[in-house]
Amino acid sequence: MLLQIKNLHAQINGKEILRGVNLEVKAGEVHAIMGPNGTGKSTLASVIAGREVFEVTAGEVLYNGKNLLEMPVEQRAREGIFLGFQYPVEIPGVSITNFMRTALNEVRKYHGQEPLSGAAFLARMEEKKKLVEIQSKLTNRSVNEGFSGGEKKKNEIFQMAMLEPQLAILDETDSGLDIDALRIVANGVNALRSKDNAIIVITHYQRLLDYIVPDIVHVLFDGKIVKTGGKELALELEGKGYDWIRKELETR
Amino acid sequence: MAMSSYNGILGDTKGIAGLFEHKLSTSEFKGGKAYTEIRKGAIASFLKSGFPGKEDEKWRNSDIEKFLESRFEFAEGALPADVDVDKIFACEVPDLDTWLITLLNGHYAAKNSDLRILPQGIIIGSLSRAMRDAHELVEAHLGRLVNNDKNAFAALNSALSGDGVFIYVPDNVIVEKPIQMVNVVNSESGSLFMQPRNLVILGKNSQLQLVHCDDSRDQAMHFTNAVTEFFIGDNASLDHYKMQNINDHSAVLHSGWFTLGRDSRLTTNAISLNGGFIRNENEIVLKGEGADANALGVYLVDKKQHVENHVHVSHLVPRCTSSELFKGILDDYSTAVFTGHILVARDAQKTEAYQSNRNIQLTDKARVNTQPFLEIYADDVKCSHGATVGQLDAEAMFYLKSRGIGEENAKMLLMYAFASEIVQKISILNLRERIDDMIKKRLRGELSICDQCVLHCSKPDQPIQFEIDMSKI
Ligand SMILES: Nc1ncnc2c1ncn2[C@@H]1O[C@H](COP(=O)(O)OP(=O)(O)OP(=O)(O)O)[C@@H](O)[C@H]1O
Ligand SMILES: [Mg+2]
Repeated sequence: MLLQIKNLHAQINGKEILRGVNLEVKAGEVHAIMGPNGTGKSTLASVIAGREVFEVTAGEVLYNGKNLLEMPVEQRAREGIFLGFQYPVEIPGVSITNFMRTALNEVRKYHGQEPLSGAAFLARMEEKKKLVEIQSKLTNRSVNEGFSGGEKKKNEIFQMAMLEPQLAILDETDSGLDIDALRIVANGVNALRSKDNAIIVITHYQRLLDYIVPDIVHVLFDGKIVKTGGKELALELEGKGYDWIRKELETR
Repeated sequence: MAMSSYNGILGDTKGIAGLFEHKLSTSEFKGGKAYTEIRKGAIASFLKSGFPGKEDEKWRNSDIEKFLESRFEFAEGALPADVDVDKIFACEVPDLDTWLITLLNGHYAAKNSDLRILPQGIIIGSLSRAMRDAHELVEAHLGRLVNNDKNAFAALNSALSGDGVFIYVPDNVIVEKPIQMVNVVNSESGSLFMQPRNLVILGKNSQLQLVHCDDSRDQAMHFTNAVTEFFIGDNASLDHYKMQNINDHSAVLHSGWFTLGRDSRLTTNAISLNGGFIRNENEIVLKGEGADANALGVYLVDKKQHVENHVHVSHLVPRCTSSELFKGILDDYSTAVFTGHILVARDAQKTEAYQSNRNIQLTDKARVNTQPFLEIYADDVKCSHGATVGQLDAEAMFYLKSRGIGEENAKMLLMYAFASEIVQKISILNLRERIDDMIKKRLRGELSICDQCVLHCSKPDQPIQFEIDMSKI
């Protein structure tokens, strides 16, 4: 089992956001998490990535059998977890090149590998840029600074491609993308799918799931996963919205 | 030449008065009668006010007590004969082709001749020599900009300075290569009090890039009290860079006095990399319409280091622009002071003046005192000022770490990014790369005082590696 979340509770400023999440992700799987606004999808992603503002009050998260909650943010990343941000952060003055080189070499160092040579690094940049159809000039710029919404999202996938994570959590990577960009991003993600890694996509729209076809779809509602199904669940949600789930919960 | 050496407690103004009298009576002063009169006025100003203390508004957050209580040797005479100048200035950066002016312990250290006439009539060299050989130029300018009544240290410099750098660029001359002046402090005999006095004259339509470095080579407590007067003619342009990398025990005070003619341009950029006590004062007077002045600076301080930047810009005539941007990173117990004062006179309509001081405080023990100040008497002006003191952006830290970058490197990247805004404005490409490299080293704690400005390197036959890979740490 790649990821195992058991009864996870998390809060911020005393307000409980996650209220007992259970989730299991195996290598090779693609999961989709859907759910109304403000139900805790990004919070779940943040807690897995290690954002400190959220306090975990109960439950556990195992990653490759290791206790993830004990690891600092950077160690989780080095262990192979990648978070594609819903709102990527602008960092003026830090070039994407320097950023990625530092990141990649720290990850390599963690695994006892030599740093990539300048040439090898640049070759990898070129290859991955092509994958997400990023123009060269973007990579000379500061991280996300002045990027359009779509460029920011592409840049997230570019970083994912550079780092080749084992578990990628993509938080609304499709929002703000035009049709072409959506296809490009989806192709980028699909190119990275393998039997050894897993992807969790958080989305509001079935459209993305036409391109990145999930094995399992979950509905997160009020801090809990209340429904799990196959890819047809996403279609059903697209058609019916969330009211029927709410009703189902009430009658339960 | 005999060096009149004086060794005493710096704060002992009686001793300083005695030194002045002695020099006067033995006719040791250079600069002719006219300058001697200036000296007399200056020592009177200095003795009247004495050294500044905490009660002085402009020194409220400065602690120079420790220096005033220490013993220094005043070094105003000529260079000791036994110094091997070539050896000290042996290593030159291959990529930075400059006219080089070298000062050792505040004295002009002739590598070539004392005063050189370069192509197109440019004159560079020793100010004391210029007092003799270019006296008309010197007399017309020296001491004209400095207000000795307002500035005790400048007055002391005016009274006692023995030497410094003289630069003259005639009308319509564009100096193709940067001029680099390097003051290296290196003394085996003990603490030195040095007072270089520099004079820079740019004729109309001329252009100059000037790199001004203060370096130390030893770990003793030294004190440099430097003054430079800059005359920037109509439509002339000066790019001025000040690089300060001195040891943790030493002090450098530099006051720059600038006057700008019509449509002239000034950029003065102070890069303070290391030092016990650094104080930069810029007194900028925009005298001709359309003049444009930019004062910039970046300071990186840690331990108990202290850096100050004081900028006073006077808009006296219409349609001038000025901008100030100073950025600092403070670690440990370090302290920084910024005061910015923009004066817009009543007639200075259509003035644009901007001022900003931004600081990153890495610990809660570090202290920043920042005072932006606008004094505006005209009504048609665009002015803004602002100051911030903050921490590294937590969101950005999380973003960097979420890609596997550890705390140290994430901080480094953000600090470097913060400082690089100033570095990016350096117009001399090789210098920009060199400073960039020094800043990276500084942030990693690897900069030593042996990293001598742009001039020196430890291994002369090896090319300097500009690109330092942050990720190899
Ligand atoms: N830093 C914060 N401080 C206070 N409340 C927060 C903070 N971050 C999130 N929340 C709250 O937690 C709840 C869940 O937010 P979260 O961002 O996880 O929702 P989401 O399911 O991702 O929503 P969306 O679909 O709109 O992205 C919301 O009510 C939100 O207001
Ligand atoms: Mg969200």
